[in-house]
Amino acid sequence: MSGFDLTGLSASFGGERVIGPLSLSVKAGEKVALVGRSGAGKSTLIRLVYQEVESLASLVPQDLGLVNALPVFHNVYMGRLDAHPTWYNVLTLMRPFAKDNREVKDLLSELAMPEKVWIPAASLSGGQRQRVAIARALYRKSGLLLADEPVSALDGPMAHQIMRLLKERFQTSVIALHDVELALEYCTRIVGIQDGQVALDEPSEKLTPADIMPLY
Amino acid sequence: MLSYPTVRTSLIFTAIALVGLLFADIAITAANPWKDLGRFFLGVVTPDFFSTQGLATALLRTVAFAFVGVALGSVCGFLLALVYRAYPVRIFCAFIRAIHELFWALIFLQFFGFHPLTGVLAIAIPYSGIFAKVYSEILEEADPEPGRLLPPGTGVISAFLYARIPDCWVQIRTYTAYRLECGLRSSAILGFVGLPTLGFYLESAFSQGHYSDAGAMLILFYVLIATLPLWVKPKLLPVYILGAPFFLGDGMPIVWGNVTRFFTEDIVPSPLKNEEGWAGMGTWLGDVFVNQALPGIWNTVILTQIALVATGLIALLAFPLISTHFGGPIRRTSGHVFLVILRSTPEYILAYILLQLWGPSMLPAVVALALHNGGIIGHLIGRQSSSIALRPDAPTGLNRYTYELVPRVYRSFLAFLFYRWEIIMRETAILGILGIYTLGFYVDSAIQNIQFDKAMLLILITASLNIGVDILGRFIRRKLALQTMPTC
Repeated sequence: MSGFDLTGLSASFGGERVIGPLSLSVKAGEKVALVGRSGAGKSTLIRLVYQEVESLASLVPQDLGLVNALPVFHNVYMGRLDAHPTWYNVLTLMRPFAKDNREVKDLLSELAMPEKVWIPAASLSGGQRQRVAIARALYRKSGLLLADEPVSALDGPMAHQIMRLLKERFQTSVIALHDVELALEYCTRIVGIQDGQVALDEPSEKLTPADIMPLY
Repeated sequence: MLSYPTVRTSLIFTAIALVGLLFADIAITAANPWKDLGRFFLGVVTPDFFSTQGLATALLRTVAFAFVGVALGSVCGFLLALVYRAYPVRIFCAFIRAIHELFWALIFLQFFGFHPLTGVLAIAIPYSGIFAKVYSEILEEADPEPGRLLPPGTGVISAFLYARIPDCWVQIRTYTAYRLECGLRSSAILGFVGLPTLGFYLESAFSQGHYSDAGAMLILFYVLIATLPLWVKPKLLPVYILGAPFFLGDGMPIVWGNVTRFFTEDIVPSPLKNEEGWAGMGTWLGDVFVNQALPGIWNTVILTQIALVATGLIALLAFPLISTHFGGPIRRTSGHVFLVILRSTPEYILAYILLQLWGPSMLPAVVALALHNGGIIGHLIGRQSSSIALRPDAPTGLNRYTYELVPRVYRSFLAFLFYRWEIIMRETAILGILGIYTLGFYVDSAIQNIQFDKAMLLILITASLNIGVDILGRFIRRKLALQTMPTC
């Protein structure tokens, strides 16, 4: 089970309602793109959903949430800290086990940055940092992905490669995207957010970029 | 000008200090102060490194007590920082750090005697309180986002080690290293109450007029502190920490009977011990308050306020010495050396030296506090002023100082000054042990007269006074929207 059915989602900031109340129901296997102007409430909606379904989802937030002082390896490994006993995690902090090492390295190869595994997150470029956060989400191996602009700092071919990977690895996903073409190509359903409300909700094959433009 | 709250606050504090001067006992009572000062400086420039065999041992003990005390303090402080959110923990930490190292030493001396534990605990206890506060502030400022992203079900320890500690580590390490320098100073002055560190040998060299020996000790102490980054390396740290306990010396064995007696008899207020009931207690309290606490508080507050303003003046005068906006490299280098000497010399040692030379009054204390604290703030402000970029046609000389630099650094200057207010008061109280009539004098006299109940009460009063000034200082900093990093 990796879908969800949430009602009455709403959030206020400084006394002002920024989103909702709205309902969002996503069936297992659906790839949802959240589109809309910046400030429309996409990030807030992703946060709200994450709070509701926490244990199910892998999250890639917009600010990535990397631990800057730790190398890439540990930032990725953190995606599955719950899978190991404390002593195992402590040892890994000092010296990773070969098995985990291989797994993380393979994952980083798919994201085209295997050579960065021991570099501290602080000294990576914006695009590399974004891929580390994605690697962490992939490493967690949950069925549901919640991502907020996960490829905004990546160049064209790399963005496509990552979106393809995300589509293939996660059964269900909700991804906030400002790039309408990417949304139509890699998602099965488009949800448009405007002024904190759902203004559009259609399968991608029924839509063209022109249908989405009014939201911006 | 008067419309600036910072200027108004400065003027109010200056006025208080000027009024305080009317009541303060400021005088040079020594018969021949300048001749003695001359002999002292002659001693410093003709140091004799080989006359006392004790010198090397004293330095070794000073370093050993500093390492063990600071290491223990940082471990306890770290554990306390984890539960610092709890209100009772905050109160407890504020309380233990409000009591000066020397007071802690005086307390432990009464029941542990000259056992190494006395010196170690005297440093470790107040430092735990300070570490707890600063560590918890560092941990709180860390980005909470990585922690929120961890999969639910992650163990508390794993989460802490991965998501919290790594990004704080550098700051924690820097602050702990900085505290080690403070620990060396604390360790040195513990000698003044009889522990086998530098202060002990310094005091005996002075009392015998061996100024060249004293000069050698001071010079070695400066070298020790100035070269700290060279010999304290992360890789060597475990060696130092594990080795240090073996160099504390043997001291005297602990008599456990004394420990029991101290807690069950000595510190019980005498009217309760003599079963005079609450009426007797009232008389006793009244007596302590009128004859010791009130005069002690009065003198402590007056001296603190004068020293605070004098510190500010010294800092404002001293910072151009190291600022890149004035003078050439030679002047700056000598300025750096001068400020390093000022801030490496504990105010207690400065006050002791000046007291020997000028005779007892508040003057040596004010000068010592102002020089040491002014040196610290001057160094920080000077460094900050060097990072200010002036326009190419900026005025030079006094105009540059008054129009370009002072207005820009004044807020952080005040922030540091009010941060150090509580530190200055803590030191003022302790200088009483040297014979100035602040709270420390009455504590020390009570201990001399074997009235530990009275001494404990006076120490508690001193601690409350420090906590009060700390709160007031923080209130003023908040009111003026001043921010600062901790200094010691």
